[in-house]
Amino acid sequence: MNKVYNKIESITGNVITVKAKDVKYKELAQITTRFGKSLAEVNKIEGDVVSLQVFAGGKGVSTGDEVRFLGRDMRVSFSEDLLGRIFNGSGEPRDNGPVLTENMQPIGGPSVNPSRRILANRMMRTNIPMIDMFNTLVVSQKLPIFSISGEPYNQLLARIAMQAEADVIVLGGMGLKYDDFLYFKDELSKGGALSKTVMFIHTASDPTVECMMIPDMSLAVAEQFALQDKDVLVLLTDMTNFADAMKEIAITQEQVPSNRGYPGDLYSQLASRYEKAVDFANSGSVTVLAVTTMPGDDVTHPVPDNTGYITEGQYYLKGGRIEPFGSLSRLKQNVNSKTRKDHRALMDGMIRLYSSYKETVEKKNMGFAMSRWDTKLLKYGELFENKLMDLSVNMSLEDSLDLGWKILAECFEKDETGLKSDLIEEFWPAK
Amino acid sequence: MTANIGKVVSVNGNLVSVEFENNVSMNEICFVKVGDTSLKSEVIRIRGNIAQIQVYEMTDGIKCGDEVEFTGDMLSAQLGPGLLGQVYDGLQNPLPLLAEQAGWFLERGVYVESLNSEKKWEFTPVANIGDVLRAGEYFGTVPEGAFVHKIFVPFNLLGTYTVKSIAEKGEYTINETVAVVTDERGREIPLTMSFKWPVKRAVTCYSERLAPVETMETKVRLIDSFFPVAKGGTYCTPGPFGAGKTVLQHTTSKYADVDIVIIAACGERAGEVVETLTEFPELIDPKTGRSLMERTIIICNTSSMPVASREASVYTSVTMAEYYRQMGLNVLLLADSTSRWAQALREMSGRLEEIPGEEAFPAYLESYIAAFYERAGYVRLPDGSTGSVTIGGTVSPAGGNFEEPVTQATLKVVGAFHGLSRERSDARKYPAIDPVISWSKYTGVVDSKKIGFCKKVLNHGYDIGSMMKVVGEEGTSLTDYVTYLKSDMLDAVYLQQNSFDLVEANCGRTRQQYVTDKLVTVLGSEYELSNKDDARGFINRMRQRFIDWNYTEFESDAFKKAEGEIDALYAEGKGKLSREAELLLNGGE
Repeated sequence: MNKVYNKIESITGNVITVKAKDVKYKELAQITTRFGKSLAEVNKIEGDVVSLQVFAGGKGVSTGDEVRFLGRDMRVSFSEDLLGRIFNGSGEPRDNGPVLTENMQPIGGPSVNPSRRILANRMMRTNIPMIDMFNTLVVSQKLPIFSISGEPYNQLLARIAMQAEADVIVLGGMGLKYDDFLYFKDELSKGGALSKTVMFIHTASDPTVECMMIPDMSLAVAEQFALQDKDVLVLLTDMTNFADAMKEIAITQEQVPSNRGYPGDLYSQLASRYEKAVDFANSGSVTVLAVTTMPGDDVTHPVPDNTGYITEGQYYLKGGRIEPFGSLSRLKQNVNSKTRKDHRALMDGMIRLYSSYKETVEKKNMGFAMSRWDTKLLKYGELFENKLMDLSVNMSLEDSLDLGWKILAECFEKDETGLKSDLIEEFWPAK
Repeated sequence: MTANIGKVVSVNGNLVSVEFENNVSMNEICFVKVGDTSLKSEVIRIRGNIAQIQVYEMTDGIKCGDEVEFTGDMLSAQLGPGLLGQVYDGLQNPLPLLAEQAGWFLERGVYVESLNSEKKWEFTPVANIGDVLRAGEYFGTVPEGAFVHKIFVPFNLLGTYTVKSIAEKGEYTINETVAVVTDERGREIPLTMSFKWPVKRAVTCYSERLAPVETMETKVRLIDSFFPVAKGGTYCTPGPFGAGKTVLQHTTSKYADVDIVIIAACGERAGEVVETLTEFPELIDPKTGRSLMERTIIICNTSSMPVASREASVYTSVTMAEYYRQMGLNVLLLADSTSRWAQALREMSGRLEEIPGEEAFPAYLESYIAAFYERAGYVRLPDGSTGSVTIGGTVSPAGGNFEEPVTQATLKVVGAFHGLSRERSDARKYPAIDPVISWSKYTGVVDSKKIGFCKKVLNHGYDIGSMMKVVGEEGTSLTDYVTYLKSDMLDAVYLQQNSFDLVEANCGRTRQQYVTDKLVTVLGSEYELSNKDDARGFINRMRQRFIDWNYTEFESDAFKKAEGEIDALYAEGKGKLSREAELLLNGGE
């Protein structure tokens, strides 16, 4: 017995109000307009005036349209059938597959009890040297990829999706350009990763409200897979679009804005999504990588700033490379002592030399004479950038470490590297 | 008495409006009934017959007409033996117990008892029949870990009470009556070992508040010598993300010279709490020889847990701190981060549609922050002993900019400011406390004149350093260049400290005094140096020897040997002590 109403009291942006009784907070409704049906979610109740955010947007909604309350909240179907499928923010198929309705799970559920969490201690291999070797990604870590428009962050995500050592990939796209959506679809099916991937995609031309649902849908599905002993990697792009969608709705509903128009609960909203990253003891895990574009390359902008306070480090994608200096995986020391004994020392040593290389480049640009040492550094820097930093490099951690030693041996004498002698004896490649 | 029931009339996020008939008081606790669960809430505004309540849980599924039961009580913490070593959420539910009941997730509407009501405690009576007591005086004790836990006349009893009967020495649970007292009118009141106290009210059962004069050692040189904190004082640590606020608090919680540490993880990462939970039971408290967890209480309301109970969590923690202070103990409360608490206030204020202040924070932000920090203090208790609550709060300013309202409001009320800087943390200098902007109003462990001398060298060195960026090394005189190197060395060997090395991280008072004297000698001397390369080489060697010295156990043979090497190098450089440094070292006439 669903309640049906035929009178919409107000329409502001994507938010409508109706007079209705016995409606629950966060309940779903279906609204039928001349353009078709759309879901809507209750986001405020004042006496008998109920506000709903319409997933398909307010455009073209008439005051006489039918609103039918469904008596349930937003849910997502969960089963193995999800793998290889693509959905939109309302949970409807974007591919030509069937609608899934079985085993509906609530989204945006409660957070994990901290006393049940375990210390993150497993490495997640991505076969990208700048991640595996220099800023290791750890299972259950939450990391943003700070970038700016125009950088190949979606290409990076696609590579990670194909190469990462995860059982299931959940890709959440928010405000994606349609081209980028097609790119993801093509790349993943070419790379053979589509069969272990679930996609929730909102493109830039889709209604704003659906954008806000993407992280919750993706993470709810990821959590369910994790509880079935799967290691899940959630890739979100782009969280700035998600924050902007929240801003749009908040302003429409006349909420008091706090910083640059964003709602006061931006931190809590972002945190409740990122904190879904978890390693369940004796079961699966959820790891989150989320692209956050920085408007104006400004890390103090509210979205990257609040994100930085929530996440466990960040990757900086700049000039088409993962920048080794700004990037930081706060959990890497939990795992990189257990990989190979030269990992930590080689990581520190190579970064130190790369930083000297940067100084040399500066000196060179200012027209100073290059010493023999400078020439060596220049050669080293070039090799490092081409062979390790390039995003298209796909090799295991062990191979990257070996390559690292090879690059060092090609450019320097043993005692110029500043590495411990016993490691050099063991790993220095024979000429 | 019939239950006081109201009805929901509106829902907006976690703010719910309720129509009521009987009397309702401000900050009263009530429960919203949604299906089979009841959600804990607090009254935050009353207008006519509408009470606005903040719900401590997610509000999905609430509808108009749902029943709300008012309890008549304010949000309270249960105080009694058994608090130490616990991990609570912001509403004082023990998290491990919640996990037993609800599993992986923090399901809403599940509330469990804060203290174990079955455990028996060894009660020893202290008061005699006929004794006249007031609230905050104790009538018995129980042992709790390494501490003598005093059993008090509840803090909320006004006037004087006469002991009518008291239990014999023996084992009791916290709910058994261990004493009966009569009030001034002769009414009998049974007392147990536990009672409740409304968390938003400060405990004032002490005789007088004293000025905080004694330094609270954190074993961090930069803090104890340069920007000290006093027992009973307050300090704040603002800094951008990644500057090391949490690491610094973590180190402080391990080494601070106090009896009890309360960690309020307020709106931060869950992973960090897990780190503490994994590490602390393994670590030994040098003072008691027991596990560090036995002196620690963790109140954890991480960022994804409901916002309203985040606001409650800081009050719950400070109430527990005050409770243990009443036993004559020194308590340190570490709140990480107060900005998240302020944001929780902002969220509620926004929903209440209050007129916003700066950056949409409510106008009462400053007075709330002041009231919170003012609950710290060094006090004389009714039995003549003293106890203290020290509060250290981190602040997470938006964009790392200290001009924002929370940092500014906090700076007005704290006694010490440890500002972390992005430049220092990027240069991997730990702790990243910026010595140029930080300050403290308390007395440190080292003679302030000597520290004044060091600060002078430091600042002079910074000035020369920034000038050198313009004129280059060539344009700087040898004397200035040496000062610059000395200042850089002071930074490297004294201000920076490795928190991972056990000896280096735990640098006590006597050692700090001893090392400072040596530093004043080295920094306050002229050397025979012919040119800049010479100077750089010499100071670098001196720096290296100091660093090696830092890693040796205080007063061990290795310590003396390393000190000998510093002295030898000093003699080699033909160090000649300046008049100023000589006066300082001789007590400064």
